[in-house]
Amino acid sequence: MSVALNAPAMALRRPSLPPWVGKLGWAVVSIGMFCAIWEALWAAGLADPRLLPPPHVFLGNIAGQAKFFNTVSRWQVGAGMDSGPPPALAVVYTAGATIGRVLSGLVIASVLSVSLGVAIRYFLLFERLTLPTITLLAPVSPIAWLPVAIFMFGIGNRPAVFMVVVALLFHMTLSTIAQIDGVNRNFIHVARTMGASKRQIYARVIVPAILPGMLLVLRMNLFAAWMAVLIAESTGVGYGLGQVIMLARNTFNPSLVFFTIALIGVLGFAFDFALRLLQNRLLYWVPKGSEALRGL
Amino acid sequence: MASSVPAFDAVTCRGVGKVWAPGTPRAHEALRDIDLAVAPGEFVVLLGPSGCGKSTLLYLIAGLQDATMGELWSFGGQVAGPSPDRSLIFQETSLFPWLSVGQNVAFGLSIRGDMPDARRAAAREALARVGLAEAIDKRPDELSGGMRQRVAVARALAMRPKVLLMDEPFAALDVQTRSKMQDFLLDVWRASAASVLFVTHHIDEAVALADRVVVFTSRPGRIKAVVPIDMPRPRDPFSPAAEALRRQLTGLLQDEVDRAFAEQEALPA
Repeated sequence: MSVALNAPAMALRRPSLPPWVGKLGWAVVSIGMFCAIWEALWAAGLADPRLLPPPHVFLGNIAGQAKFFNTVSRWQVGAGMDSGPPPALAVVYTAGATIGRVLSGLVIASVLSVSLGVAIRYFLLFERLTLPTITLLAPVSPIAWLPVAIFMFGIGNRPAVFMVVVALLFHMTLSTIAQIDGVNRNFIHVARTMGASKRQIYARVIVPAILPGMLLVLRMNLFAAWMAVLIAESTGVGYGLGQVIMLARNTFNPSLVFFTIALIGVLGFAFDFALRLLQNRLLYWVPKGSEALRGL
Repeated sequence: MASSVPAFDAVTCRGVGKVWAPGTPRAHEALRDIDLAVAPGEFVVLLGPSGCGKSTLLYLIAGLQDATMGELWSFGGQVAGPSPDRSLIFQETSLFPWLSVGQNVAFGLSIRGDMPDARRAAAREALARVGLAEAIDKRPDELSGGMRQRVAVARALAMRPKVLLMDEPFAALDVQTRSKMQDFLLDVWRASAASVLFVTHHIDEAVALADRVVVFTSRPGRIKAVVPIDMPRPRDPFSPAAEALRRQLTGLLQDEVDRAFAEQEALPA
């Protein structure tokens, strides 16, 4: 343990190393600690390896687990365990299918909700006609939409994407409205005294002003998108990581459950990291980090 | 009103009053019976205790709010909304953080539809007038508070306004920077020939800057006194004349501050 703790501490002290080295070190320590507690519970006999297999068990047989990801032709009657692509490729296909649904859902939901939010604040009549309905639908859990997704789209990609969109759309629309209402009044006053029209104020002041907040909203909703897509996939809407979890449940294979959870965790982490990079690139004017809280 | 149109004043207020949220339980009167005429090129300071409605008057003149009573004129036309002729500068920096300094200064010009080359040339010229020509490609967050306020002044100047409305523009700056900014503002004002309406609650600032000081009562804001200052600039803040003025303005303000304070104390907790 002491070695693991020293590594990030040294990275912090030495200015020649880039800052992400220290962050990565602490990530390793954080996850390592979690795994160590789990392994200790297993070693002490408190965690039954048949129900809660520790990391070295469910990560120990990756090739064996990967075979179950061969879902490409699973629903075709008579397709055998060993037909289809090799196991490693099957994992990539399955994860790729899920990632594709998350991304399409995120893009569609973001564009729709920002447009809706701006339109609601721009046109009073539109607000009166739509805002009550949107507010009414916002608290509905995505699970409740699952039958609707199947009624409307059957199985395949489209119901899963629909689930992601419906899980995000209403919240993100309400967030957009809140962001618009929070725009610094002085920005709008300045634009007005410069002779800007309503359309110009929205296009050149309000939309750029809400972008930082919207990217944060998008990051928060990224996790909601992952949850929605897993629900959709696990109930037979299509193949993907969610279906592997359901398969593991039905065949009583806890190792496969935890392996897939680990995979989802890594993917979600990578997505969040990518969005943060995008945020720093796109929104260079936003102050970074939580420096103000460090000295407390 | 039967009286003639005030064609030559930069700003005319006739019986202007403002009530916020009229007809509701939260209604309160911010301004009452404001009569004021500002000549072209004149530097007028509006002085009063916090919350006396002097900023509200600035917003009314800018056309960002409508007066509840009375009428407002500027150069022979009635104020019906915001106009590039009357630029407003705020206490907090209101530069758009997503634009460069040059793009900020040229914002109004691009709204007007000027070509990019003309915009950049005008932005450079306006920035040169505030001594920041070399900052044209910087981002607002790379500048100090004083520099950002100078950019805000340059942004207003780029529109060649006839009236500069300034709402405690230097209140967030430290004392040394503020005194530098006052000198700088006087230079800019002389060069631009615009009228300035400058809101502050600092007596020193009023003495340093104004042709005329308009002292406000606490709420509702009314004009309590108008004090002309005909000292030559640059003014020595330690001269006997400046001392006497400060004493006079302090006396005028003291009653109002006492009254406002007593009112706040009397509010139910």
